[in-house]
Amino acid sequence: MALAKITSVSGRAVYVPGNDIDTDRIIPARFMKCVTFDGLGEFLFYDVRKNADGSDKAHPLNEARFKGATILLSGLNFGCGSSREHAPQAIQKYGFRAVVAEGFAEIFFGNCTTLGIPCMVAKREDIARIAEAVNANPQLEVTLDLDAREIRFGGQVVKATLRESDRDALVNGRWDAIGELLDGRSAIQATAAKLPYLAA
Amino acid sequence: MPKSLFQKVWDAHAVRTLANGQTQLLIGTHLIHEVTSPQAFGMLRDLSLKVAMPHRTFATVDHIVPTDQFAEPFADPLADAMIKELRRNCAEFGITFFDRSTGKQGIVHIVGPEQGITQPGTTIACGDSHTSTHGAFGAIAFGIGTTQIRDVLATQTMALGRLKVRRINVNGRLRPGVYAKDVILHIIRILGVNGGTGYAYEYGGEVFDRFTMEERMTVCNMSIEGGARAGYVNPDETTYAYLKGRPYSPKGAQWDAAVAHWRSFASDPGCSYDDVVTIDAADIAPTVTWGINPGQGISINERVPDPQTVSGDERTSVEEALAYMKLQPGAPIKGTRIDVAFMGSCTNGRLSDFQEVARFLKGRKVAPGVKAIAVPGSQGVGVLCAELGIDRVFRDAGFEWREAGCSMCLAMNPDKLVGDQLCASSSNRNFKGRQGSPTGRTILMSPLMVAAAAVTGTVADAREVFAVADR
Repeated sequence: MALAKITSVSGRAVYVPGNDIDTDRIIPARFMKCVTFDGLGEFLFYDVRKNADGSDKAHPLNEARFKGATILLSGLNFGCGSSREHAPQAIQKYGFRAVVAEGFAEIFFGNCTTLGIPCMVAKREDIARIAEAVNANPQLEVTLDLDAREIRFGGQVVKATLRESDRDALVNGRWDAIGELLDGRSAIQATAAKLPYLAA
Repeated sequence: MPKSLFQKVWDAHAVRTLANGQTQLLIGTHLIHEVTSPQAFGMLRDLSLKVAMPHRTFATVDHIVPTDQFAEPFADPLADAMIKELRRNCAEFGITFFDRSTGKQGIVHIVGPEQGITQPGTTIACGDSHTSTHGAFGAIAFGIGTTQIRDVLATQTMALGRLKVRRINVNGRLRPGVYAKDVILHIIRILGVNGGTGYAYEYGGEVFDRFTMEERMTVCNMSIEGGARAGYVNPDETTYAYLKGRPYSPKGAQWDAAVAHWRSFASDPGCSYDDVVTIDAADIAPTVTWGINPGQGISINERVPDPQTVSGDERTSVEEALAYMKLQPGAPIKGTRIDVAFMGSCTNGRLSDFQEVARFLKGRKVAPGVKAIAVPGSQGVGVLCAELGIDRVFRDAGFEWREAGCSMCLAMNPDKLVGDQLCASSSNRNFKGRQGSPTGRTILMSPLMVAAAAVTGTVADAREVFAVADR
């Protein structure tokens, strides 16, 4: 089960401003009535993108010039709230391959890594610079470099960080831990044997 | 060297260090429900994997169950497919399922403690962010995503980085009419919705020493709303008394051994914390939210913020929240008209929540035009409320008394707000659209404050409405 080594992500970007964008906003709960993750992409940010009659509201993702963006830019505490993996799944299935924000809620952040979606943290003023450049030229290529811990765009470079354990997992192609966890079988049994409540 | 409970539980469950530096952590108890588990079972099948320790996973159904219909099939075919899928998965993989026919069904964070499955010194995971609830017993309990559910099913472990620990002391005495819900809303208000990122919260101090298990659960439940992945209270005599005699609690000679073992996990005196916060209980008032995240709270007698008096980011947040909530800048929150009163959820859907409200609700009526629903958090809570005549008090007051489930907390079932209805809610999240309508509005508060809102038709001070100090 060889996983891709995700050392960089390049593509066009779109800025969805705001702090504390929660997972209910990313994917409203009613769209979680499903037994697979298929098709979640179309419901990404649904209630802030669509009116009750299904017509578009003003939202960056509804702008034709940002169609095809693969890097999502946002504010502080992105992905707060529920643990629903439906949120990063919707982001990925919509077509995003990375998220850049001022900060991430923890469960969301971990869920993203597990799906191979790097979540890089950058300073507010730097995200604003990227957003400004992208707004001026939506075709601009933005590159997240996980090795150099930086984001490059239109000749500019800004610093960006990623928690080391997650950066390591992404760049070394071990972001889905299942193989390594299964390899620990004997150590699992040994640890469990020392805990009285786990006796069968 | 003295250690915190978090360190002890972590060390006892650490299997090994993974290549990326995270820990492979043994998860002793795994709880699942119908929303976040079906895809995980699908992944297991795709990888031809079995469930490693089926006797350590327990299932219930809560998010999608209608609370006004017991018979199946459900009117919603999607909900019906989800409950059937969970039944199929539990049967195929040999997992205990507290299905509706067992009389033990309910919200996963109410069922675990009720059955005695949630125990001190253990690790617990569940695909639900409010798993932090179980920390009330001195367990370390994590909300996880679906891929991690797969990991726990397949290996009984998951990959995780160690958390820092913040000790939060609440000392002194709570004033009459101030409840556990107010304590956690106050904590989130002062520490922020992301103040807990990277931390587990250890709650302690005189208020927590006196709290019942159900009060401790209410606080731990909302740790995640403060950004903390886990929250816990050290186990003590209150914990052991609660657990004694529950279906999954140790029995006979094993009981004493278990208590001794549990006791050993409590934080050692003098252990070090990464941060310490101390709060005076007397500073905590009945607290309500005015905005669109749980940190946007004020005491019932305060006014909602005025964006003109704050700057930068905060101004933008306040403006966005007030516009969504349709509240006037600087207006008192008290007196705001409500449309719906919701009493229930994994935060406040336990026996003591209904018991406390019933004490004051007797003889009162829900205001005309207000839809009020009361939803026990589990079938067990429902039965106890019926035995004690509590359901009758709610019904006589004009509340609809429902079957167990998550109900209007998150609107994955028929209980939803309509249009821009304003709901006085004992639940845990006031995000935009949380209660099912994209323009629906939520004000979080304690159960007694919900009752006060229900009978007055407005956001009200329960201490005045029910003359709390005189009771």
